[in-house]
Amino acid sequence: MSDPATILDARGVTKRFPGVLALDHVDLTLTPGRVHALVGENGAGKSTLIKILSGAYHADSGEIVHAGRPVSFARPLDARAAGISTIYQEVNLIPLMSVARNLFLGREPRRLGLIDLRRMNREAAAVLDRYGVHVDVTRPLGTIGLGARQMVALARAVAEDARLLIMDEPTSSLEPREVETLFTVVESLTAKGMAVLYVSHRLEELYRLCETVTVLRDGRVVHTGPLAELDRLTLVAHMLGRELDQVRQEGTTRFGEHRDHTGNPPVMEARGLTKRHVLRGVGLTVRAGEVTGLGGLLGAGRSETAKAVVGALPLDSGTVTVGGRRLRRLSPATAIRAGMALLPEDRKAEGIVPDLSVRENILLAALPRLSRFGFVSRRRQERIVATFTKRLRIKAASPEQKVGELSGGNQQKVLLARWLCLNPRLLLLDEPTRGIDVGAKAEVQALIDELAADGLAVVLISSDLEELVEGADRIVVLRAGAVVAELDGDDVGEHAVMAALAEAEPREEDDRDD
Amino acid sequence: MITDSVAVPTTVRPGRATRAERLASLSQRHGALTMLALALIAASVTFESFATAENLAGIAIQSSFVAVIALGMTFVIIGGGIDLSVGAVFALAGVLAAFGSRWGPVTALLLPLGAGALIGLVQGVLIARTGMAPFIVTLAGLLAARGLMLALTTEGAETPLVPRGSGFLGLGRGVFLGLGVPVWIAIVLCGLGAVLLRRTRYGQFLFAVGGNEDAAGLMGVPVTRVKVVTYALSGLLAALAGMLNAARLGSGVTILGVGMELDVIAAVVIGGTLLVGGAGAVGGTVCGVLILGVIQNVVNQIGTLTSSVQSVVSGAFLVVAVVAQTYLSRAGRAR
Ligand SMILES: Nc1ncnc2c1ncn2[C@@H]1O[C@H](COP(=O)(O)OP(=O)(O)OP(=O)(O)O)[C@@H](O)[C@H]1O
Ligand SMILES: [Mg+2]
Repeated sequence: MSDPATILDARGVTKRFPGVLALDHVDLTLTPGRVHALVGENGAGKSTLIKILSGAYHADSGEIVHAGRPVSFARPLDARAAGISTIYQEVNLIPLMSVARNLFLGREPRRLGLIDLRRMNREAAAVLDRYGVHVDVTRPLGTIGLGARQMVALARAVAEDARLLIMDEPTSSLEPREVETLFTVVESLTAKGMAVLYVSHRLEELYRLCETVTVLRDGRVVHTGPLAELDRLTLVAHMLGRELDQVRQEGTTRFGEHRDHTGNPPVMEARGLTKRHVLRGVGLTVRAGEVTGLGGLLGAGRSETAKAVVGALPLDSGTVTVGGRRLRRLSPATAIRAGMALLPEDRKAEGIVPDLSVRENILLAALPRLSRFGFVSRRRQERIVATFTKRLRIKAASPEQKVGELSGGNQQKVLLARWLCLNPRLLLLDEPTRGIDVGAKAEVQALIDELAADGLAVVLISSDLEELVEGADRIVVLRAGAVVAELDGDDVGEHAVMAALAEAEPREEDDRDD
Repeated sequence: MITDSVAVPTTVRPGRATRAERLASLSQRHGALTMLALALIAASVTFESFATAENLAGIAIQSSFVAVIALGMTFVIIGGGIDLSVGAVFALAGVLAAFGSRWGPVTALLLPLGAGALIGLVQGVLIARTGMAPFIVTLAGLLAARGLMLALTTEGAETPLVPRGSGFLGLGRGVFLGLGVPVWIAIVLCGLGAVLLRRTRYGQFLFAVGGNEDAAGLMGVPVTRVKVVTYALSGLLAALAGMLNAARLGSGVTILGVGMELDVIAAVVIGGTLLVGGAGAVGGTVCGVLILGVIQNVVNQIGTLTSSVQSVVSGAFLVVAVVAQTYLSRAGRAR
């Protein structure tokens, strides 16, 4: 019998996809007023479980007991009607529709049977204001920042009077300040008795927010219980399925120490990158073998700087010089020809081709370079793909599996592999470890270090300050579209960056999108 | 869909829209209106006989049938689909209406409308339930509707006539305040359609389905139902247009409607509705229909030109509209 204090009880949930047993007799119990963490490596089955709980997928076998009664949701609508609200891993809203219409889709305020537009827009603005999102709610959702979109999804999920809130990596595209807002919201909800199921790869968040935890590995529950009883290493060991000692040792394989590259010739020099309201004369020099970090808060212009360098952001003025030659017309094509590659921040919209295979997605950008007379040796392709799937631990049934069928984190890894195998002279990485599990994260960082040691110039953008400081040899701090500090050598440290950021508190509340 | 790895910068500056942005969105929204105004001015200046009440009323009535069909097509395309069967349903409905008028005006109304809605419904169910491509399903619908129509008219040799003096004829030939009844019907329907699209839950669902079907499903939109309703509506409207046309002509002409779906799609696209779905407006479609109507009228006025010239001119407008759309939406995004 189910305990009356449980809100949702899943028993023996099993789900098989072609070639993989995604969930194998999974049990999960959620209680009101608690935040329950669901963790595991990329591809462990977290999102699959969530989709089953919320009616988006159907379990092959197993039972879900909701509020004391066995239920079987035919579609997401039914789960929502039963009080289960879900924020899925990919921000799932409609980019072409206005912010307000997205927020209220399906429960628009009506008068005389017709949608009351004025009231809807007014209420949307008021609601979003509380989430720290200050945008014109009549704009298409696709034109606002990723973080703001995630907050819209949160506001949407919370607005319905739900009893269970499920969040699949809600913070992966948020900035620290937005994460704080999210936590405040979650805390106030649990205080009101809502149950929360929370998925994240950021351990510090879990320890701050969650009371209990379930660890999934290859579709099976390997541990469940109070989170406070587990220290980080044990948790990671559970996730990866390795011995504690081994994890401890791997935990130290991090980015190498900061090196001095001032003697090396600059690979890329950007001067006076300017765009109204966005960039104000940003200058950036990157040398061979050097990892240059871009620091800054939301809206500082880090992503924009990276995009400007590769010609993806039309500029009012500014020059980019690569290997001593000034690029005459800035465009993505000339940038790629000049040997620059950008891993963009919004991967979903800007890069993955879901219907192509893992192999094709990885080689997409590198094919022209690999081909001889238009042919590419299959053996060579397979070798490259095998190297990266192994190093980045891409979990796929085979290299021929469609990328769209991979777990979210594994899709990220495929994209990362695409740019890494391009062998560029300058690699710009915008949030390279977003959504990637702890095991693979260390691997990605080691790989970046290795590539830099081979003479590649790297520009690294990360909201994870620790990652930035450990990964970068040099940090350029931006504020409101301008460079405010450059930290070199021994100056590179979390404190120094914090200090530069503190001075760089953005003045305009409005300027919040990166 | 292949998206460039270094594409659109997501956001730069939220909050207020810049002047350039507003201008882009304004001309995007009213691009078809501007084109229509230019076409009207050019035609009035060139041909004295153009801007007469009689000629304009003629254009209105010609356009009213297309407008009714295009209204349904606008819905279908916004929802991310396409309906190729409308021309064939238009013709079939005309024949059915003329047949039905023998038993009185009520059968003349219900027979074609029921058939059109049923064809649309079946197509919608096939598309929504089996996941078959709308292009294929409605192509099959086109063939089926045309086949049915030919079977009813012994391979198109018979033209069923509406009995003289039937009250049904008033629906097509009646005039009210200087405009034909079909024109008034089209105006009312387009008004209702615009409200349905912007101000009802169904309209929101339709935009959501066309914008991102998977996301819409996860947001709790009843995707299947929305699609079925939309195709049924399109079939119904195409049949209504066919019926009105039969009432106007006094017979069910079997050779009508061939290739009409392409004109209708052209009008919708000229009107600014995105072919990939998720964006569009009824007002634009009406302008698109009228632009094509004006072109046809002008070509007829010149007299020496054949209808192939009309196709070329319409095609040119289509290209201009699509290029303008792409350019404007890019200007609207890349700030
Ligand atoms: N639609 C699908 N078709 C085939 N296989 C799938 C499908 N969806 C998920 N899988 C497989 O099921 C497994 C579990 O995927 P799931 O998305 O649940 O992982 P996850 O734990 O959420 O990982 P991540 O942390 O990367 O988001 C993976 O091996 C994935 O490839
Ligand atoms: Mg996942």
